[in-house]
Amino acid sequence: MSIQIQNITKRFNGFQALSNVDITVPSGELVALLGPSGSGKTTLLRIIAGLDFADQGSILFNGEEATHRSAKERQVGFVFQHYALFRHMNVFDNVAFGLQVKPRRARPSKAEIRDKVHELLQLVQLEQLARRYPAQLSGGQRQRVALARALAVEPQVLLLDEPFGALDAKVRQELRRWLRKLHDEIHVTSVFVTHDQEEALEVADRIVVMNEGRVEQTGTPEEVYDKPANPFVFNFLGNVNLFHGRVHEGAARIADIGIDLPRQGEADGTAVVAYVRPYDIEINRTRQGADEIEASVLHIQGAGSVARFKLERLDTREIIEAELTRERYRELGLRTGEKVFVKPRNVRVFTADYQI
Amino acid sequence: MFNSAGKRNVLPGFGLTMGYTLLYVSLIVIIPLSAVFFKTASLSWEGFVEAVGSARVLASYRLTFGIALFAALLNSVFGLLSAWVLVRYRLPGKRIVDALVDLPFALPTAVAGITLATLYAPSGWLGRFLTPFGIKVAYTPLGILVAMTFIGLPFVVRTVQPVLEELETELEEAASCLGASRLQTFTRVIFPVLLPPLLTGFALAFARAVGEYGSIIFIAGNMPMVSEITPLLIITKLEQFDYAGATAIASVMLAASFLILFVVNILQWWSRRYSEK
Amino acid sequence: MHLPGGPTRNTKKNPAELNLTEPAPVRWFLTAIALAFLALFLFVPLAAVFVQALEKGTEAYLAAIAEPDAFAAVRLTLIAAAVSVPLNLVFGVAASWAIAKFDFPGKSLLITLIDIPFSVSPVISGLIFVLLFGLQGWFGEWLSANSIKIVFAVPGIILATVFVTFPFVARELIPLMQSQGRDEEEAALVLGAGGLKSFLRVTLPNIKWGVLYGVILCNARAMGEFGAVSVVSGHIRGATNTIPLHVEILYNEYNFTAAFAVASLLALLALVTLAVKSLAEWKVRQQISAE
Repeated sequence: MSIQIQNITKRFNGFQALSNVDITVPSGELVALLGPSGSGKTTLLRIIAGLDFADQGSILFNGEEATHRSAKERQVGFVFQHYALFRHMNVFDNVAFGLQVKPRRARPSKAEIRDKVHELLQLVQLEQLARRYPAQLSGGQRQRVALARALAVEPQVLLLDEPFGALDAKVRQELRRWLRKLHDEIHVTSVFVTHDQEEALEVADRIVVMNEGRVEQTGTPEEVYDKPANPFVFNFLGNVNLFHGRVHEGAARIADIGIDLPRQGEADGTAVVAYVRPYDIEINRTRQGADEIEASVLHIQGAGSVARFKLERLDTREIIEAELTRERYRELGLRTGEKVFVKPRNVRVFTADYQI
Repeated sequence: MFNSAGKRNVLPGFGLTMGYTLLYVSLIVIIPLSAVFFKTASLSWEGFVEAVGSARVLASYRLTFGIALFAALLNSVFGLLSAWVLVRYRLPGKRIVDALVDLPFALPTAVAGITLATLYAPSGWLGRFLTPFGIKVAYTPLGILVAMTFIGLPFVVRTVQPVLEELETELEEAASCLGASRLQTFTRVIFPVLLPPLLTGFALAFARAVGEYGSIIFIAGNMPMVSEITPLLIITKLEQFDYAGATAIASVMLAASFLILFVVNILQWWSRRYSEK
Repeated sequence: MHLPGGPTRNTKKNPAELNLTEPAPVRWFLTAIALAFLALFLFVPLAAVFVQALEKGTEAYLAAIAEPDAFAAVRLTLIAAAVSVPLNLVFGVAASWAIAKFDFPGKSLLITLIDIPFSVSPVISGLIFVLLFGLQGWFGEWLSANSIKIVFAVPGIILATVFVTFPFVARELIPLMQSQGRDEEEAALVLGAGGLKSFLRVTLPNIKWGVLYGVILCNARAMGEFGAVSVVSGHIRGATNTIPLHVEILYNEYNFTAAFAVASLLALLALVTLAVKSLAEWKVRQQISAE
């Protein structure tokens, strides 16, 4: 089932939680709502579920108006951040709950419920724990029970609020992959909220980047990572270096480097900011050309899959972060205090009015 | 014997505070209470049975325990409701109402007793509305029910309230998303969580009502076989210098309260069974 | 970026409440029943005390309070409270220190023992002291031989009051101190503070609201106890009557206005107790949630 979110606006006590949010979630996709805390992503998820209601705008399920339906009527599966398992019920009863509360004529027989629950527990690999209570389960197991419980009512849409937020790093990794695999098996339209860019990039078909109640960019993981629409997205998805400069004769000038502007017609003197990922910083011991910046090495962290450098520009004293492959790091053999020449690649320039 | 356990702890004062605690508990609680059992033990078996099993005493048990049970039930229903309203709904003056719930703890029982007796007397503020229907409250077992309900009122509210406050709204949202109606959410998700504190509050209210004296004697009428509660019977025996008889009845009541205390402890252990890791 | 991203349900007419609360008529109905119940059992009796007390005007009211027997009763009540509250305060602090800061076998048994006076009928609380110190009691002969009177005299009243108010401070402080752990005291010790100094400067400020809470409840019970005191008092007017016993005598003499006038003093005490209790409760909660 597809979800259309049209022009959703929501205020809480004078705080603008969401403003004019438009998103379309195509049927069968796994979409991540990615943003920092306070960006409105959880509020949006709750509005889709019918747990909160927007001041303005509408929610359409499969093109059908659903804005005023209660959570009970929407038939969405919702997995809460802290799972919200019923602690006085064992795993089996938690999963069976949605089936047992159906009106008598729609309720499956006891045997059907039992089969269905066992099928789901098999799916989430918890069959042998059916008689356990939530307090006797690990975090990852609770998460999977919550998922099975949400899936039991065969929801058209599955919504997950920070699904891996409360788990430790190793379990999180594992569950992430498992969720992706599960989605490929059952193909239910799913939306999950996260503040962890890595998680969104790894799991989602499509990412919606949100900030301060607005959508900053929507796209596939590659699109949002490689072609960030604005400085916020650039910043939020990974580390980045900022270079301040001005427009000069139709091009941005950062130190002595000239870079093409994203759009023409900017007046000379307009402030611009160039964004460069740390792995797009090239370091040389000697000057290779004119478009380089002089810097000195402040700190080197050589352990790990890449070598991380902290450099200081000689002209502005600003800090530049750089990542070098291990081979390149060994080849250069740099030490702290040495002078180097820095050449940024894949520079993205945004003019000041692009700023947020 | 305690030093060995306290040894690993670097904080000072264990010996002093522990010693003082044990001494004080022994002097004030253990020795005086043991007097009840030693005195009772001085009775012959037949004497004991006669003291605790005569028709008048049995009638007082039936009355005391029966009405205390009924009062605790009333308090369970209305206490749960009051806790629910106080936690869930917005109403003006909520903090004052909330503070007032403890009035039966704070108001001396004699004051409660004379006030309830005056209110429910046939010409009293409340009694005059009941008289036309032929309902007599003061000086009847119904009066005992009123007094026992009054003094037991805070227990259920105060045991249920904190649990209800800490109940995550996510549980109800989850039930709602899973298609449960509001009634189903209450009976299947909320009530099972409230049941252990409700039972604990019930037991505490019951225990308090069984032992209560001051607020009851003014409104009860104190007719032997009809409206005479067991604590009053103890006093009556004392006034007749029948110390052994009074003590024998007291030992039965003590046993009853220890039993209730035991049940409360079991309930509290039971209510924690899901939250233990 | 400063405000809630999590569950938020604070707008007034949020239709989302449909998921989480009952329809308005049900809400009103439940509220009405609950408030009617609370009004009937709490508010009406409280108001009645004062109305009855002032029924015959302020002069009669003041006369009833200023009467010498009433005065003697107030004095005795104050004495009983002045002895039992400090005794139980010291005990409560000592017991909670031992129980909350140390581990030892039989701890839960000790906590149960401390709680016992709450679950004993007040009549039995009085009876035990008659059994010990009455004429037929364990020490009765010896006491009468030395012409020391405990039962039907002031010492008996004080003993019974100490017994019934015994757990208040301890049972308030034990959970509070347990929740605070012993890190702070250990830190003070490492920083060179002695035991007493660390108690006064570290522990006491942490438990002061809990202490106040316990003391105020202990005091209310000490001044208001009826059943236990009634058994040991002997009801000697002007000598062994506390305020509650004096109320009983006046009431039984059909001197209702005077009875309620004196009772209103106790009702005022109850109101003060409730107010201070609410304040202390609020402070304790704040303290716990701040940790």
